[in-house]
Order: sequence, then C-alpha cells, then structure tokens
Amino acid sequence: MNKVQNNKAWFFILPVIFLVAFNAVIPLMTVVNYAFQETFNNNIFTWQGTKWFENILRSERFYAAFGRQLLFTFIILLIQIPLGVFIALSMPKKGFGVSICLVLMSMPLLIPWNVVGAMWNIFALPRIGFLGHYLALLGFDYNFTQSIYAAWFTVILMDVWHWTSLVVLLCYAGLCAIPDPFYQAAKIDGASRWAVFKYIELPKMKKVLTIAILLRFMDSFMIYTEPFVLTGGGPGNATAFLSIDLVKMALGQFDLGNAAAMSLVYFLIVLLLSWIFYSVVMKGEDK
Amino acid sequence: MANIKLENINHSYSLKTENNSWAVKNINLEWADGGAYALLGPSGCGKTTLLNIISGLITPTQGVIKFNDLDISNKLTIERDIGQIFQFPVIYDTMTVYENLAFPLKNKKFEEGFIKKQVQKISEILDLGSILNNNAKNLTVDQKQKISLGRGLVRPKVNALLFDEPLTVIDPHLKWLLKSKLKELQKQFNTTMIYVTHDQTEALTFADKVVVMHEGEVVQSGTPTELFEKPNHLFVGHFIGSPGINILPCEIKENSAFFLDYEIKKNVNIKSIKDKNIKIGIRPEFIHFSEIGIPVDIISVRYLGKCKIVDVVIRNINLKLVLNDQTHVPEKKAHIKFSEKYTYLYSNNYLVN
Amino acid sequence: MSLNLTNISKKNLFETHIYSSNLILEKNSINVLLGPTLSGKTTLMRLIAGLDEPSTGKIYFNEKDITKDKVQKRNVAMVYQQFINYPSLTVYENIASPLRVLKHEPDFIHQKVIEVASLLKLNNFLEKRPHQLSGGQQQRTALARALIKNADLILLDEPLANLDFKLREELREELPKIFTKRDCIVIYATTDPMDALLIGGNTIVINEGKIVQYGKTIDVYKNPSDLISAKVFNDPPLNVFESRIKNGIVNINNIEFHLSKSVSKNLSGNYKVCIRPHHLKNKKEEIDDVEIEGKVRICEINGSETLIHFDYNKLNYTSLINGIFNYSIQDTVKFYFKPSNCLIFNSNNKITV
Repeated sequence: MNKVQNNKAWFFILPVIFLVAFNAVIPLMTVVNYAFQETFNNNIFTWQGTKWFENILRSERFYAAFGRQLLFTFIILLIQIPLGVFIALSMPKKGFGVSICLVLMSMPLLIPWNVVGAMWNIFALPRIGFLGHYLALLGFDYNFTQSIYAAWFTVILMDVWHWTSLVVLLCYAGLCAIPDPFYQAAKIDGASRWAVFKYIELPKMKKVLTIAILLRFMDSFMIYTEPFVLTGGGPGNATAFLSIDLVKMALGQFDLGNAAAMSLVYFLIVLLLSWIFYSVVMKGEDK
Repeated sequence: MANIKLENINHSYSLKTENNSWAVKNINLEWADGGAYALLGPSGCGKTTLLNIISGLITPTQGVIKFNDLDISNKLTIERDIGQIFQFPVIYDTMTVYENLAFPLKNKKFEEGFIKKQVQKISEILDLGSILNNNAKNLTVDQKQKISLGRGLVRPKVNALLFDEPLTVIDPHLKWLLKSKLKELQKQFNTTMIYVTHDQTEALTFADKVVVMHEGEVVQSGTPTELFEKPNHLFVGHFIGSPGINILPCEIKENSAFFLDYEIKKNVNIKSIKDKNIKIGIRPEFIHFSEIGIPVDIISVRYLGKCKIVDVVIRNINLKLVLNDQTHVPEKKAHIKFSEKYTYLYSNNYLVN
Repeated sequence: MSLNLTNISKKNLFETHIYSSNLILEKNSINVLLGPTLSGKTTLMRLIAGLDEPSTGKIYFNEKDITKDKVQKRNVAMVYQQFINYPSLTVYENIASPLRVLKHEPDFIHQKVIEVASLLKLNNFLEKRPHQLSGGQQQRTALARALIKNADLILLDEPLANLDFKLREELREELPKIFTKRDCIVIYATTDPMDALLIGGNTIVINEGKIVQYGKTIDVYKNPSDLISAKVFNDPPLNVFESRIKNGIVNINNIEFHLSKSVSKNLSGNYKVCIRPHHLKNKKEEIDDVEIEGKVRICEINGSETLIHFDYNKLNYTSLINGIFNYSIQDTVKFYFKPSNCLIFNSNNKITV
C-alpha cells in the first residue's frame, strides 16, 4: 500500500533521469563502446580490449597535448582567479554603479564562443587588426599565425577576456553575502585592509571560489571553439589543446578507437583532478 | 576609559533632511567614565544608529561626540579605541579561539609576550581557557558570543564597550548567566559599557542608568528604579515593566483626580493644565485588593511562578494587577485600591508634576 | 479530536534525535513544547506535521493511523520563527492563499479573510505588502494564514523569538484567546519558560530528544518530576546543590536543616537540593526558616525587584527579591528559605520530595 505512494515520487524525477541519460550517460557509453572495439563500416564491431588505451598512453602526441593543456589551464587560472577576485572586491556594493558593473561584466559571457574566436581573430590580425596594428606600431614582431609565443599570448588574452567575468560574478555574489557586522567588527578590532581580506572575505568566499576554480578548470580543459577559430591549433601544433587534438584525431584522421580511448582518459583526468582539488579545499569544513 | 558626551546629535539616512526622516534627533547625553548604561527602545527607535555613531561606524549628519571632553567626531573607528559586540557573534572562522582573542592586540602591534598574558587572563575570566586552541568555527553560539566579548575586553586601553543586543540568539537559561557575567565584568573592570536592547529586563538589570528611546528621541533617562517608579512619559510606563503601566481615563474635579466615580488622587494642581487630554498611569504592581475601593470583576488569573497577573474589568475598562505569588486572589468580584504615591497623571503623554 | 503518538522515535545512522516517546494531546488544547535549543523540538514538530517519517512508532489522529500520510494530507498549519509570507502578494492575498489553493468561492474567501484579519488586528494593512510591515505585523500575517484554513493541527515553532519584547508580550497574551475559540490542537515550541507560563495550557518538557514531563503548565511548574523540568522552568536559574541527607537532615555546604515533618525521616544519601531564587528571601518569615549568611557578588535591580548573586562557603546562590535592595559588592547579608520550599532530586535526577 505504502509502496504505491512512494513510487509516485519517481515520476517527478523521471524528466531529470531522461535528461541526464541523454546528455551524459548515453554519449559516454557510446564513447566507451568505441574505446574497446574497432569498427570500419556497417556497424560491425570487433573487440580490441585495451589496445587503444595502450596506444594512447604510449603516444608522445597525447602527452604533448596534455602538457600544453596543463600549462594553458595553469596560466589562465593563475591570471583569472586573482584578477576576478580583485575586480569583485573593487566593485561597488550599492548604488546605481552595481547594475552598470554587472551588465558590463556579463557581456563577454553572452557572446557565442565561435564569435569570440572570430572577433579575436579579426581583432588580433597582424598589422591590420586593432591589436595587431598597435602592437606592430610599438615595435613588437607580433604574428599569432607564425609565432608560438604570439599565438599563446593571444589565446590566453582571449580566454582571460572571455571568462574572468564568471569568476568576478561568483566572487561578487559571495562578497555580497557577508553580513555588515563582520566588517564593522574588523574596523573595531583595527584590522588592516589585507587582514579583512584574509580573515573575513577570503574565508567567506571559499565556497564560491572553489566553484569558480572548478568551473574554470573544467571549462579550460575542454576549450575548443575559440582557439579552433582563432589559430586552428597552430602554428604547427603549438595551440592544439586536448580537445583540438582529439577532434583532429577523430574526424580529421577518422581514428575513432584511439580518439574514444583518449577522450575517456581525458574524462578521467578531469574527474580525478577535480576530485583531488575539491577534497583538499573542503578538508576541515564542518562535518 | 572615558567619559562620553553626545551634543546635539541628529542623524538622517536619507540626503533630504525633512523633519520625519531623522533616525535620531536632538540627542544630548553624557555618560560618566566607568558606568553601565543601556539604550532601551523598540526596533526602529534609533538605538543602534546611536550606538554606531559612538563607535564611528556612522558619521552623524549633525552634532559632536566627545570622549573626555575631546572632540572625536572626525576620528576613525580604530582611533576611538572602543569594543563593540553585535547581535550575531562575529568570529574569524579560520582562526583558533586564541588567535581570535589576540587579533585586536596583534593589529595594534603589541609584543607577543604581552598578548599571551592578556589573552590568558581574559580567557580565564570568560571560561574559555579550555578551548583556547580549538578552531573557533565549530563552537556553540554562546561560546562564540563570549569570544566576541573577549575581543573587546582583551585590549588594555578601551574607551568603552558597546553591546548591540548581544543576547538575542542565546537561550533563556544561558542568557541569565551571561547577563550576570557581564554585570560582574563591568564592576570588575570599571569599563564604560553601553548596552542596546529592546528587552527591558536586560536593560534594567544591566545598567545603572537607562536611556529610553522612542522614535529617534530620548524620552527619559534615569536609574532603573526611577524609570519604574516614576515614568516621565506614558511610553516609558508602557515599555518598562511587564506588563506595562495601566493607562486609564481621568476626570479632574475640584483639585482631585477621579477614575470613573472614584477619587484616586487629591491636591492635584489643575490650574497649570489647560489641555484636557489627561490620563491616569498606574503600574500593575501598585494596585492591590482591599476591603473597600473600586469594585471590579475578575476576568483571569495567570500564575507566573514568582508572581500572579490578574486581569480585572470595570465598565469595559481593563486593568492589570501584579501580585506576589502568595497573595490570595478573591473569586469573581473584588475591590481594588491604587497606592496614591505611585498614581500619576499624564497630560498629552507627559507626566504632570 | 486527539493526537496520539505511540513509541515515536527518530534516528539516523549516527545519532538519535528523538528517543522512543509517547504523547497524547487532547482536542482544543494548547500545548507548549518547552526545551533548550537542539533539544528535539523542531524534529518532533516535523514528525507531527508529516514532514518527516518517524523511524519507529505510530501517529494516530482521531484513532486513525496517519503515520505514513504526507503533510499535504494531514490538514496542518505551521508558523515559523522567521516571518514567512509571499513577498509579492498583499497581506489580503497572503491570508487568502491557503483557501485559494483549496479552490473556495471568492465570497467565502473574502468573508474568512476579513474575519481572521480582524482577529489578528490586520484590518488596516490588508492592501500592504509584507516588506512594508513591522516584524510583529508580518508574524501576525503568517499566523492569519495558519488560522484561516481551519487546520486540525496548528504547529508554531518559536513564533515570537524574532520579535521585540513588547510585541512578544502582546502576542503572548492574545494567542491563547485566539486559539481557545477554535477546534484544533495547538503545539507551540519555545525555549522561553515565560512563554509557557503566560500561554498556560499544557506543557511538554523536552530535553536531549526525550520527553521529560507532560502535564498542565502550572502543575509542571509547581511539581517538576525531574531536575531538567525544574531547571528549564526557572527564570532566573534555579539554585542546585549537591548535598548529603541523613535521617531527614539535609546538609548543603555545612548548612544543616530538617526537612518538613511530613517527609520520611529515613531519607538518607546523596541528593540534589534545589531552591527557587524567589524562595530565597532577605527577611525571616517563620521560625524554622533556614539562614544563610551570604557575601554579595553582584546586585541586579530591574525596577521592582532585585536579583542578588551571593556566595557562601564557595557556593554561588541566586536570590530574587521583591523591592529594591542596593547592596554593595562584598556586603554580608542574611538570607532565609523555608525547608518546605526545597525541591529534592535523587541521583537519577528524579523528584524525591
């Protein structure tokens, strides 16, 4: 009798189950399918065991892409997180300035990713684009289609422009949630600006900051569209991050088995790193 | 420690300063060094604003604040050397109890040895000694509030300690203990303490002198006994005492004050009273049952342990009596008598002398 | 109408929130659930409301098993400590909302809203929105919403905790009157013993997930069955002393006295002797009053009465005396109490005398 009643609740979460199934479980299982088998056509599959994985883990190409990816993620986190926190701290807490700041901040987030790539492509065109023109005037030999450094510089600058706002908005929300008495007590205790940041703002922002870092970490690991449109992974393979390399392998070379194995390895790396990060940060939180 | 003087303080939160937008107005107060004071009033009466003006968290629109006759109106909060304790405990999550207590001293660049001695002393007084090395985050509310208090007490030179409804979030039982502790500390340290609250019991038991505020203004300032026995304003009568003062209609005939047909006060100087809006104010504690007097019907008796509250009615006018727990309450009908000494007349809410 | 909890308990993997308890609440009763923070009040209310399912036991309403019924089926209304109203709706629509959900006729709804609003004195605010109201009015709106749908069970979880003292006093007086007119069972959770005494009805004392005592409020106050109910029910805190009793002679801290004649002479062993603060007086009233010569630690005067903390032989005593006594710290004062006013609990904290 009671069972029937309880089962009703399941109907309410069915939509979510379908949604998760369609956008996560089923695609993932397809990839798993390809990762352990070989297929040529007509959907004929032959079992390959861990062959593709062994291939991938032995290939220099994978480690090179992985290395580039780690470096890229590390650099953008290093820039975006402190910059985001800094901007959030300097934003006004009340008055009409708040809405202006919020609108300005959300603008980059509203632009489609491929448009961002295209915009920056034109913006940074050597000698013709706005950025390219002025850098050339200043005497820099700037050409992101030829110089590795210029390409990295441009990709990183673009990512910072595009995504720092997300960190800002999250931190700003965290800051706004700190009750006034905390600041007042700090004033009374004679705390310096730095002490207020270290002992009040940072601890109170810890949770949103963790979310911001995780989001930026995962997103930057998946970065594809913008560098693809901007540099196409070049010059050479200099900006071919994991996703770009993966797509090249899967669609360019139609090497589905290796690509599937690589994406699984890739997926596990993101999962593992996120988990390690999260547990380290949340250690010592209240039970 | 300091003598605190507020001169002609007015403050408005909005830029326009029309008459009705003052959060506090015409405040002139002087608090002696080492006293225990309370600001009492309902929420929105301006008491917290006034407290923040003293600590410098708010700069008043007009007026001067003096510590020891020195104008400090333009000084920053840090320079004023005060401690403030808020309604919700403010603790630094990432620090231990020790570090929390040492924080104000570290900011003032005291030497390590002195800080250690001072923190040790304060933690013993507040019974925090056993948890000094615990993380401050996972403590109970009353312990956290003690830490907030400790950060105020720990400083060797404090002009005043300000309390903004510090016991609101504490259970009644612990509230009594903390309240007595505060009072003891006040006597022990002789620090000027200003305590803001809406709870009359807290204000009266803590302070030597209570300032009652109503709609941004001070209505009466006096010792707990004065406020209780002779309220200057009907609001004070109502707000202090639980239940508050009985407010009754009054008629003046030939130098005597009458409640309905009963003469309750003789030799009233009516010549000075032009206004007809006269009310009688008598505290429930000062009405007694007697053999003769005003006949009333008893509606209900509520037993509160140490006392009884009796509701009576006469011609649709309700009165309350507060009696000692051992006093016998007659059934249904009775006579009551007002003690004349504590029966006051009020004209337009103000006491008629 | 009756609510019957049989062997109700609530636990999760790690801890027990409510130990197996039995409780029968009668129709038209107001029941105060009294206990300190985290004693299990809210958990018990959630079980009664049907927001949680008990781990063991059954809940019967009018003899019908409703243990597995969800909250929607139980016809309960709940009011919380926070003032919870729909911010975008007017007070009128807020009050009407439960009936709108039940799809009643507009005329009927209008009539009910007006009726409930006048009961809670909200007539003049019906067109306002919650944020334009004071805290007291917001909580009145929440109460009105709870009252309008004729719920069988009305659960109030510390409804007055966030209100100013005077507003609390006012609502405390009105609530029992409002509820006695309705056909429902009211459960009112609070940490404040004054709430229980002023609201009257029945009291359920709860502590650490156990129901300690249940009975008429006055009976629970006068005859606590357990040290915990005696402590919870005392405002200011009870004096509790460890003592040795030998053949009916009590020895606390080298003060010796005989228990009253009616008590068995054979009583011997270790007991806890408790004296209520207002039973410790500074006047000798009867010949066999026991004398303590105390050293005053601190005096708190609250207008009409004085709370005196004093020490005798390293033990702290608290005395609440009617009238004003301005003793200085370290004064020696004689206090008296009647042996018949002592509450004596055995080592299991159960009442003995």
